Amino acid sequence: MKDQRFKIAHREALIGIGLVIVNFAIWFGFAYGLGGGDPANYSYVFGFPAWFFYSCIAGTGFMILLIWIVMKLFFKEVSFDDEEGDR
Amino acid sequence: MHWQVVFPLLLFLIIIFGIGIWANKHIRSSNSFLQEYFLGGREMGGFILAMTMIATYGSASSFIGGPGVAYTKGLGWVLLAMAQLPAGYFVLMILGKKFAIIARRYQAITLIDFLRERYKSHVIVILSAISIIVFLFSAMMAQWVGGARLIESLTGLSYTTALFIFAISVLVYVIIGGFRAVALTDTVQGSIMVIGTVILLIGTIIAGGGIDNIMSSLVAENPDFVSPFGAQGDLTPLYVSTFWILIGVGVVGLPQIAVRAMSYKDSKSMHLAIIIGTIAIGTIMFGMHLIGVLARPVLPGIDIGDKVMPLLTLKVLPPFLAGIVLAAPMAATMSTVNALLMLVSSTVVKDIYLNYMKPKASDAEIKRASFIVTTVIGFAVIIFALNPPDLLVWLNLFAFGGLEAVFIWTVVLGLYWKKANKYGAIASMITGMSLYIVIDRFYPSIFGMHTVTLPIVASFIIFVMVSLATSHKFKNEQLMI
Repeated sequence: MKDQRFKIAHREALIGIGLVIVNFAIWFGFAYGLGGGDPANYSYVFGFPAWFFYSCIAGTGFMILLIWIVMKLFFKEVSFDDEEGDR
Repeated sequence: MHWQVVFPLLLFLIIIFGIGIWANKHIRSSNSFLQEYFLGGREMGGFILAMTMIATYGSASSFIGGPGVAYTKGLGWVLLAMAQLPAGYFVLMILGKKFAIIARRYQAITLIDFLRERYKSHVIVILSAISIIVFLFSAMMAQWVGGARLIESLTGLSYTTALFIFAISVLVYVIIGGFRAVALTDTVQGSIMVIGTVILLIGTIIAGGGIDNIMSSLVAENPDFVSPFGAQGDLTPLYVSTFWILIGVGVVGLPQIAVRAMSYKDSKSMHLAIIIGTIAIGTIMFGMHLIGVLARPVLPGIDIGDKVMPLLTLKVLPPFLAGIVLAAPMAATMSTVNALLMLVSSTVVKDIYLNYMKPKASDAEIKRASFIVTTVIGFAVIIFALNPPDLLVWLNLFAFGGLEAVFIWTVVLGLYWKKANKYGAIASMITGMSLYIVIDRFYPSIFGMHTVTLPIVASFIIFVMVSLATSHKFKNEQLMI
């Protein structure tokens, strides 16, 4: 009894984990990569310290865009009811 | 009391009442009372799903407490707050379609229904029910107190009067309207939260003379306000990173959030909700915490963090707009409280009363029990909130991280791992909660990490080990996962 819909569901859950890892990497990398030094030497983007701009503003925008693309390309529509499911 | 400020708040309450009455019509005409009252008939579309998720998740601390801390710690606290972005997409992706399909197959109304069918264990049902009732009841009381304090500070009414206004308005629409009213009011409340955040952010930036100006004042006061390590240099990368577990990915284990992941209509709703939810949660968490930082040059010298957001709003916005923005923390509190009330009530009615006390109750009896239980719990919370007992205040400390540690693996492994069994689940639930309480009490920020980290890791290891060690007992079991 193998439900084809579960294959789709499993893949989508893995995509979720992948997205969180990307999210964390962007957030952590920019924050501590650019913001690790002396605050006196920070460069600024649109008025914000560069680490903050890339990690919290651009990073968030990028994640939203990425999630939108992933939803459009990889997330499939399946029925949730058993009688219509393709067992 | 400014009438112009209070007017939008009153208008907001009237709209919320209207929704409750409208939702009650659905309950009267529905042929499956339980599914309608506790799950809204599994009819939520994408926008409503997104809003009820983020509104349940975002509480008074996102609007009052959080900005207050950001005020004293600077941009490092905004960085920490952004660990909440995954709450917008991760829960729906991880529980995802599998949870939606299985919940329907098991005809689950509550999260515990799913656990009962999956593990076939009374111990798990009882442990889960007790954790939900005890911890979320205390959490509800704390939110109730917060909501009353907020009304008290905005209107100048006494605490008791404020508590009754807040509690009665929530109770009426929840009791008569059930989950449908909760989800619809959450949609209004979630929208107010997003709109309020944007208005206040713009107002604050204008009042501070632009971002450049505000940043240079912050640097002039203390350059560490703009560093990721916080103004006191105490936000280490490890500590901040472990918040991803508490307020980001661990949210999967919160019953009030997980139950929403089985109440939507179809795949399309889920896809839409992931996008809208992420945008909304990103806007609120980024906006409100950044506001807390920007408030510092605009409104210097505030000692009590919780006063930053209300005082700032009254200072930088004209009264009518201030009323709309101040409806946001009230909306955030209400939308959290109503979800908790619904959840505790469904646990008592469905998981205790129908499972163990009266399995053959008729529809009319179930209906009466649901209204009575919801009302009694609601009034019990009011009585406790009038004079919060120390025990409940103490229990509330574990309501978030502790519940995550109890439920996350029981739900996620139960859903995806065929070898997950009841012994593993029971061991992991007990380990998660007791370790959380012990670490929180005796070794806070152990090894420089947030309290939640070790209990989540330990309950995972215990779950897997015990399940594998006892797997021979389940050789012939047929699972529907």
